[in-house]
Amino acid sequence: MPKKSNTFEYAPAPESRSIVDIKASYGLFIDGEFVDGRGSSFKTINPATEETLAEIAEASDADVDLAVKAARRAFRGWSRMSGKERAKYLFRIARIIQERGRELAVLESIDNGKPIKESRDVDVPIVAAHFFYYAGWADKLEHAGLGANPQPLGVAGQVIPWNFPLLMLAWKIAPALACGNTVVLKPAETTPLTALLFAEICQQADLPPGVVNIVTGAGSTGQAIVSHPDVDKVAFTGSTDVGKAIARAVAGTDKKVTLELGGKAANIVFDDAAIDQAVEGIVNGIFFNQGHVCCAGSRLLVQESIADELLTKLKRRMGTLRVGDPLDKNTDIGAINSAEQLARIRELTGIGDAEGADRWSPACDLPSAGFWFAPTIFTGVTQAHRIAREEIFGPVLSVLTFRTPAEAVEKANNTPYGLSAGVWTEKGSRILHMASELRAGVVWANTFNKFDPASPFGGYKESGYGREGGRQGLAAYLKGASL
Amino acid sequence: MPTTAPTDPHPGLAAYSEVTASEASLRRFLHGLPGVDQVGAEARAAGLGTRSIKTTAKAWAIDLAIRMVDLTTLEGQDTPGKVRALGAKALHPDPADPSCPSTAAVCVYGDLVGEVKAIVGDRVNVAAVATAFPSGRASMAIKLADTRDAVAAGADEIDMVIDRGAFLAGHYLQVFEEIVAVREACARPDGTHAHLKVIFETGELQTYDNVRRASWLAMLAGTDFIKTSTGKVQPAATLPVTLVMLEAVRDFREATGVQIGVKPAGGIKTTKDAIKYLVMVNEIAGEDWLDPDWFRFGASTLLNDLLMQRTKLTTGRYSGPDYFTLD
Repeated sequence: MPKKSNTFEYAPAPESRSIVDIKASYGLFIDGEFVDGRGSSFKTINPATEETLAEIAEASDADVDLAVKAARRAFRGWSRMSGKERAKYLFRIARIIQERGRELAVLESIDNGKPIKESRDVDVPIVAAHFFYYAGWADKLEHAGLGANPQPLGVAGQVIPWNFPLLMLAWKIAPALACGNTVVLKPAETTPLTALLFAEICQQADLPPGVVNIVTGAGSTGQAIVSHPDVDKVAFTGSTDVGKAIARAVAGTDKKVTLELGGKAANIVFDDAAIDQAVEGIVNGIFFNQGHVCCAGSRLLVQESIADELLTKLKRRMGTLRVGDPLDKNTDIGAINSAEQLARIRELTGIGDAEGADRWSPACDLPSAGFWFAPTIFTGVTQAHRIAREEIFGPVLSVLTFRTPAEAVEKANNTPYGLSAGVWTEKGSRILHMASELRAGVVWANTFNKFDPASPFGGYKESGYGREGGRQGLAAYLKGASL
Repeated sequence: MPTTAPTDPHPGLAAYSEVTASEASLRRFLHGLPGVDQVGAEARAAGLGTRSIKTTAKAWAIDLAIRMVDLTTLEGQDTPGKVRALGAKALHPDPADPSCPSTAAVCVYGDLVGEVKAIVGDRVNVAAVATAFPSGRASMAIKLADTRDAVAAGADEIDMVIDRGAFLAGHYLQVFEEIVAVREACARPDGTHAHLKVIFETGELQTYDNVRRASWLAMLAGTDFIKTSTGKVQPAATLPVTLVMLEAVRDFREATGVQIGVKPAGGIKTTKDAIKYLVMVNEIAGEDWLDPDWFRFGASTLLNDLLMQRTKLTTGRYSGPDYFTLD
């Protein structure tokens, strides 16, 4: 095809992967050492190429028991250590994360499929910020408004998802350690590599053995952690189904639980919104991290009077999204994390077609190998469509309209979930009103998907309970504390 | 290079004749434009600034950027010798490399137009600043005389400043009528027009909402280009200001069918900066604007940095500043 003279073709700009050193196989990180697992093993792959990256140990019940025992032994010393001393370790970990930031970002993109610009500019910097933030709390716990002499819970069993492997690890480990707990953490089956690199960082920081234990595996490993009798606290981020199973498993025990589960967030655009920035917010809300975001703005509620104009702008903007190699610095949308997730997205979007919604995607060439899904919007969607109710967890936006602010609130709240919401308007009083009416843990005004360690995050209804981040995040890891 | 402006308003503009019929209707229209969220606009500009333009894409962008430069000197100390030298440089930015393109134009004060014209002829455009540049504080008669002088001296393009005082006082119709009058003063006896650029001095308008309103005001008044700054006020051109102006020309073409050019000026000094602007043009306005007819850089030191990077790409080595000509 003849190239138009004024077409600006961006040449490939790949980030080098030579900075990471992926071993052929990985064991478990227990009591400060990498040890062989006693169970079987599984492979982790690069979802952008389907290439096998490494062989990962699948922790058995016995392995989990060893890890919990190591954490219990370490708890004695770690919990009695002064907050100031614990802070030193956390600050050290935070600094090492910054120093090895490029390595962590490249590894995250290889194992997860997310674009390097996000792992580099979003994930890793926020991970470091979380450790810095909670390091600062470690010696100030008695001033957190959570009691005069706050005490740690003990051993925390933590199970995290594949969408933000390192960031979710930070959200779990940083507050737990700052409060004097020790942890056994299981990264997701498809994205274990950065957690294992984090284990190396713990060694580098001379963290006392057993304070952090990383056990890899799938559902049964997670189950072993959650149901282990010597675990005092369970923290889980993931799907609502698994969250419910965990709640059942710990029912009747003394375990404290925090669950951060699914979402179907409404991103509400009023007719007086700053429209170009609202379009950016919609794109960021649903296409950030391939839409693999529990708080994604997956339901666009747009005021009917500006719907056509907004959709025209949105479609034009979607035409500039660059889908492809996660390691290319100009990639906006990377690979879907797994074949299983891709199948789930295809199934739900197929249901959207069958239910009569109108599907639209910009023209884009998808690579032949790997797992890919073009950014997609469905218009003509109503509250009665399954794609307006169920979490798709992919780059798929359902567009609904409303007429009045009251209708926007009703529709936004008409969901079993309640993790986040977005409001776009130039009217300050409307923002405050909407924030008080929306039943969602986070309400973003004229922005979306903004995360800060000082800001608590968590859900209403089936989106879970407990808060992570901020002063509130400490309460989840201290005895008798609640906010 | 379109150096003529249509005598009759474009048919696409006819629908807007009522908007500009009175002070009240113009104010209602401008204040009815969607607002700009400052945080969001700046985040978007910063995001586009992280695009990584390498190898072939970089070479292409550097040559395009050179072709888009309005090589500028606007100093009290400008002399015929100085502006002639600038004219020679605009024609052959890199005398050692005949494949290096010329710049789009040379931009000088009106009294020096003839000097530059004698050097560059019709091979490079000559742009003159007019209308009591840079402050715009003079009577309308003087502004128009200033413009006519420059056009009579052979200026291909006129860079006018708006009356920021009138704009900030809310006298939008006055600003509108000044632009219309200057546009008429750009007419030549043979029926053609000098190309008009309207400078907002965005550093004085301060808010992005004002930048968007000024953009629509100038476009409705029939300008060919909208331009950020004189270079005499800080901040001059910035990425977010240019983003808002690129959105305005994109939306204006969609509404009227009329395409308007954009010129950031002042403070763009490096190749890296220039490439960020080109990425923004590409992703906000679209590739139709990736042409010297529709996008310009008002700059002086930028050109030598573009030349150094160009030489680096072709030879693989950096050369010192002595290997590139003084402006």
